[in-house]
Amino acid sequence: MAKTINIQPVTRIEGHARISIQLDDQGRVADSKLHIMAMRGFEKFIEGRPAEEVPRIVSRICGICPWMHHTAANKAVDQCFGAQVPPAGRKLRELMQVMAHISDKILHFFFLAAPDFVMGAGADYKIRNVLGLAQAAPELAAQVVKMRQAGQMMLERFAGKVIHPVAMVPGGFAKPMSQKERDELLAGAGEQLEFAKFCMKYAKENVFAKLDQDALSLGRITTGFLGLVDPADGSLNLFDGALRLMKPDGSYLDFNCRQYADFLGERVETWSYGKFPYARVWGEGFSMDLEAPKGIYRSNTLARLNVCDRINTPLAQAELEEFRRRFGRPAQSTTLYHWARLIELVYACERVLEILEDETITDPLVRNPVEPRAGRGVGCVEAPRGSLIHDYVTGDDGCIASANMIVGTTHNLAPMNMSVRRAALDAIKGGQVSEEALNQVEMAVRCYDP
Amino acid sequence: MALRVAEEGLSSCSGCEVAILNLGERLLALAPQLDFVHMPLLMDHKYFGQLGDGDLKRLEIPQAELGLVSGGVRNQEHLEVLQAMRANCGTLVALGTCATHGGIPALINGLANAELMERYYRGCETNDPAPDPTETVPPFLERVYALDEKVKVDIYLPGCPPHPDHIAEAVLAFLEGREPALPHKSVCDACPTVRQGKGQLKSVRRFLQNAQYDPAKPIADMRCLLEQGLLCMGPVTRAGCSGADGEAPRCLKARVPCRGCYGPVRQNGNQMLDMLNALASNGIDIKTLPDRAGGLLRFSGAHGRLRPRPAAK
Ligand code: SF4
Ligand code: SF4
Ligand code: SF4
Repeated sequence: MAKTINIQPVTRIEGHARISIQLDDQGRVADSKLHIMAMRGFEKFIEGRPAEEVPRIVSRICGICPWMHHTAANKAVDQCFGAQVPPAGRKLRELMQVMAHISDKILHFFFLAAPDFVMGAGADYKIRNVLGLAQAAPELAAQVVKMRQAGQMMLERFAGKVIHPVAMVPGGFAKPMSQKERDELLAGAGEQLEFAKFCMKYAKENVFAKLDQDALSLGRITTGFLGLVDPADGSLNLFDGALRLMKPDGSYLDFNCRQYADFLGERVETWSYGKFPYARVWGEGFSMDLEAPKGIYRSNTLARLNVCDRINTPLAQAELEEFRRRFGRPAQSTTLYHWARLIELVYACERVLEILEDETITDPLVRNPVEPRAGRGVGCVEAPRGSLIHDYVTGDDGCIASANMIVGTTHNLAPMNMSVRRAALDAIKGGQVSEEALNQVEMAVRCYDP
Repeated sequence: MALRVAEEGLSSCSGCEVAILNLGERLLALAPQLDFVHMPLLMDHKYFGQLGDGDLKRLEIPQAELGLVSGGVRNQEHLEVLQAMRANCGTLVALGTCATHGGIPALINGLANAELMERYYRGCETNDPAPDPTETVPPFLERVYALDEKVKVDIYLPGCPPHPDHIAEAVLAFLEGREPALPHKSVCDACPTVRQGKGQLKSVRRFLQNAQYDPAKPIADMRCLLEQGLLCMGPVTRAGCSGADGEAPRCLKARVPCRGCYGPVRQNGNQMLDMLNALASNGIDIKTLPDRAGGLLRFSGAHGRLRPRPAAK
């Protein structure tokens, strides 16, 4: 008999979602969907707010990556107001944003994703989580918790508030960095880099080495990719740059973030509150058909490593070269998001050290005063979950007249739907539904860290 | 026997859950005393059976002694989850300002749902305009509600997010069978800045340039930001963000003014009225500030405080 399976809520992800899988009379997967269950409407309710206040409001879009929204919003308001950010202000902003990537990647890899690999996809759900992991591998867990916490506290000690930050302001940064603060952060950042190297080694030996063909084809789909690159040399840049949109065949277009609406569109489906971005510029329309997808591209770690030409820090570049030798460019395997995430962890730690080693970061001039005025600004950064775009228009009073945002995760809503379908087709055969099979469907989603 | 804990996020951002994780090693130390039976961010317990074949009318939350709920109530699913949490948890904690006062998402309460839908699904530049999603997604309620507008709440833990010290205190107090010791004063009471009186100040200004202070000196040497003429919500906001060490309110550590993220000092206080009164009694006029309601009720728009403007005639 035909029936519907509801995986609700999808767990060990940041947002709120449900998966429905329709089985036909023969117990075959006839249809599946990943539904986004809520919408808060930040685009609408920031209208009329003084633009300089908005970076402290939109951080609440996501409590896991509030620094990303805080940064993108400040960049957008700078442009609306025509503000020039002093060099030290810009450095502090990049430092904070890249440091926030570090905690985020540790959180995702160990707290959310690793239980599936370490405890096993089919382990009892009561232990298939970070607390089970803490019992199975107490030393590893203690180390992970300690290092993630250290990263959070480094941000908090310097910037006051780590969840829903307030230290970036239109025109720059709210406080300069003292030499003492710089020394402390340098010491902490050195430890983080050592830990990142350990994570990479641990994951290669214990997780990635075990990825067989089945694991690599979990939720496999073929798509394009989107991410920021440094316009100078096409290198990975999380903080600033040009957007690069790559086709599945590896050819690409680079464009200024301000032109995003010429390149990307968003579809609305009747069964999800989330919108579905697609590559409008390809002119092929939008389809999530597994055999003949149209307009589909992906964002987040794997996308960034696919679109960049290189990484300008040595350890991460060596990892990227190895990754490319094994999986090519662009690499399509969904599971490789995890691997790419750890390469980015290494990059983020190296980059933080690089920024801190620049002694001009302690320059006391960190903010120029701003004047409210009419304007438009598009702030873009790479959030852990993908290219984050905040587009604001201000009126003469410097209040928001209208806003549009494309949040990292949403770029992956169509790809996630496709990966769910693929994983469900592969895991559910002849109407046999097991907890392990359903968890495999969720594992396909977790790769994208939504 | 370990304490059974269930945790849920409704119209939330996961920041309150990250605040729990930011207990760090303290959470690992507490872990043997806690048995998390439901927590979607970290574990895989499902509403409708682990095989997804349960009755959609019977949302399952395991029995727990302690329930934590973050986020306000925005749609039908949130309401059902909240009711199931209430029914199955002995003590229910409203975790974070979204849960206690609506939080940032309640800013939408100043607008009608139809305006939001029109804008979001048909009005954005990137949109291919389409009808509102209505199939298999939970219908919106007419506005965002704080938890206690829908069910009885036993413990209020405001903050956006709450300080991990106070989350730990709430859990520890529960384990020890006592009342949690939570701050009840205002942010100003926990603020070390220098206050010399308002002087000639007649108005407050927007935060368009940094406060005046010597970065080489501690916060205790900085002049109160309100006295510097910046709008600071400290006087009408519940203390707590400085945590147990009480060094300084978090935003002040970054040298920026408070925006009220802990909600009103008293659970049923009104941050907008209190702030207007506080300023008026000092002869400060804030008529010139744009966005009064949205600014002063930024975190506490539930309980009917923020409402759609009457349609223009
Ligand atoms: S109170 Fe703040 S941190 Fe908690 S869910 Fe609401 S917005 Fe997020
Ligand atoms: S008004 Fe602001 S700066 Fe002044 S004492 Fe209160 S919290 Fe501190
Ligand atoms: S200073 Fe005010 S806005 Fe900042 S964290 Fe504390 S209560 Fe929240």
